[in-house]
Amino acid sequence: MSGLRPTGDTGEPGGATPDDGPVVDAGHEVTTYLCIGCPLGCRLEVEESAEHEIVEVRGFSCRRGERFARQEHTDPRRTVTTTVAVTGARIPRLPVRTAAPLPKGLVRALCDRLASVRVAAPVRRGEVVLADALGSGIDVVASRDLDRTDAG
Amino acid sequence: MSASRPARPRRVYDVAVVGAGPAGMAAAAGARQAGAERVLLVDREPETGGILNQCIHSGFGLHHFGEELTGPEFAQRAFAEMVDDGLDVLTDSFVVDRDADDELSVMSAEHGVLRVAAGAIVLASGARERTRGAIRIPGSRPAGVMTAGLAQHLVNVRGLLPGRRAVILGSGDIGLIMARRLTLEGIEVAGVFELLAHANGLTRNIVECLDDFDIPLHLSTTVVEVHGRDRVEGVTVAPVGPGLEPLLDRARFVPCDTVLLSIGLLPEAELARSLGARIDPVTRGPVVSSTMETTRPGVFAAGNSVHIHDLVDFVVEEAQLAGRSAAAHVLGGSAPRDNVTLVPGENVRYCVPHTISTDREHTVYLRVRRPLERSWLRLGDAYEKRLRYVVPAEMVTVKVRPRFLEGFSSEALRVDVVPREEG
Ligand SMILES: Cc1cc2nc3c(=O)[nH]c(=O)nc-3n(C[C@H](O)[C@H](O)[C@H](O)COP(=O)(O)OP(=O)(O)OC[C@H]3O[C@@H](n4cnc5c(N)ncnc54)[C@H](O)[C@@H]3O)c2cc1C
Ligand code: SF4
Repeated sequence: MSGLRPTGDTGEPGGATPDDGPVVDAGHEVTTYLCIGCPLGCRLEVEESAEHEIVEVRGFSCRRGERFARQEHTDPRRTVTTTVAVTGARIPRLPVRTAAPLPKGLVRALCDRLASVRVAAPVRRGEVVLADALGSGIDVVASRDLDRTDAG
Repeated sequence: MSASRPARPRRVYDVAVVGAGPAGMAAAAGARQAGAERVLLVDREPETGGILNQCIHSGFGLHHFGEELTGPEFAQRAFAEMVDDGLDVLTDSFVVDRDADDELSVMSAEHGVLRVAAGAIVLASGARERTRGAIRIPGSRPAGVMTAGLAQHLVNVRGLLPGRRAVILGSGDIGLIMARRLTLEGIEVAGVFELLAHANGLTRNIVECLDDFDIPLHLSTTVVEVHGRDRVEGVTVAPVGPGLEPLLDRARFVPCDTVLLSIGLLPEAELARSLGARIDPVTRGPVVSSTMETTRPGVFAAGNSVHIHDLVDFVVEEAQLAGRSAAAHVLGGSAPRDNVTLVPGENVRYCVPHTISTDREHTVYLRVRRPLERSWLRLGDAYEKRLRYVVPAEMVTVKVRPRFLEGFSSEALRVDVVPREEG
């Protein structure tokens, strides 16, 4: 926390503007992220010590950006949306989503896993299609209802 | 034609809504809430929801439902919230036009040709995608070139993959979202090529759809030729100079079997045009008053059929207003006529609605021409307001209140978005 710069921050997107980059200590590593909190798209920097401790977060114009940088640096997550095969419905694909954001590193593996999932209509929105996906504790659920039709 | 007319079934409504996407559903709900009893909602697709049914990504409804939903989830929750039992919903039914008797012709698989007499009409027919003809890419016409929205439908609804290696032309949000979608389906995306020096889509989509998967975004670059006889074999891309002219000495070949075009949407304004409503040459949708009425009395419009929205939440807001206004047109109690025309000025591409009234509050939507970090929004000499970052890709929403325009007596109000010095 020590390295946090006071920014004249209003807590709202697009507040104050960051200065130019500071001097980085030897052995420290700086990673940059593009903030997705608002269209300003601030370039965020996270500086880490040799012991992998975050010593400073910079470049944000508001608190949301700072939170995003920390989350993105320590535990990036994404909501995954894709489709799975469905039989007995008007259309052959059922849109699905993770019920909560999944660790980013698991996104591709989850899609590969879902390639072999097949469900049968009727399906209800929110119904679990794959429980505890890849041991993440996060369920994959249906994004919509699909009624059973005679075809298929 | 008159010989067969008596045989055609005819239905009478207070309000008929064309298109059952989010705009149509919200307009129908608005009309019902405002007291219209007989309301018809028609869509050519087999189900309501419009484009949302194929937009399976999340990012919808943060304002309206207070949480981030996928397109299908939004469509289904909107249906539950907006479509009540008293509403007539007709799917698989295409509104062709309005006939000589001023009635709508609806072609329906189930009912054949229906004639619909309505006291007021709301056009909520959405948008269509700009195609290759709109930007004139030279080269052959092989299979494998398609709009990003068509690819979205094929992949997400029909479960069909368009190819093995794709390039995406244009950096609109649909193209960015499809870059991720194709990648997750095992299709290699060789790159996204954008003519302009800045991306057209949201930063969020650049990060989550391209950067996450190391898909390169080539700015100031365009496709100058499509190769292949029956099937696409590749494209020639070239960087562009300051006047956007391709620098052919630096052209290179990119092998691919699929080209997705993500070069923008245009309002579906055919019906508005055939009804004689005036079309705005900038938005390409109908000119609308502050009640969302077109220049043809009794014909209202909302959503992407008026101007292209990036957030469905604003579509809903605008369409509820259109629906309420349509009901008021039929039942009486319409708002007083507008007395001020909004004139897009510096750095403003367009404003919707096109006219307002100084006696009540309005929400005005506008788009800027170029990005500005700090700016003033100015309404003539009457009012100014600080805006934060503005970009062409994000619609600007402004509340215009009667007190802003106190003492304003002209008929034309200029709207400018100009740079603001620090302070
Ligand atoms: C790919 C894509 C991604 C998007 N991503 C987001 C996002 O992340 N977040 C967000 O908030 N917004 C997003 N949007 C924007 C938002 O989804 C749209 O602005 C909104 O869906 C438009 O609603 P609409 O009802 O005007 O049009 P549509 O949803 O297109 O509905 C129009 C309907 O009218 C019907 N129709 C047209 N003509 C006729 C006729 N003659 N007879 C009968 N029926 C007819 C069509 O079949 C269609 O169902 C996205 C849009 C697209 C295209
Ligand atoms: S830090 Fe993020 S949310 Fe805050 S102003 Fe910058 S881009 Fe917007």
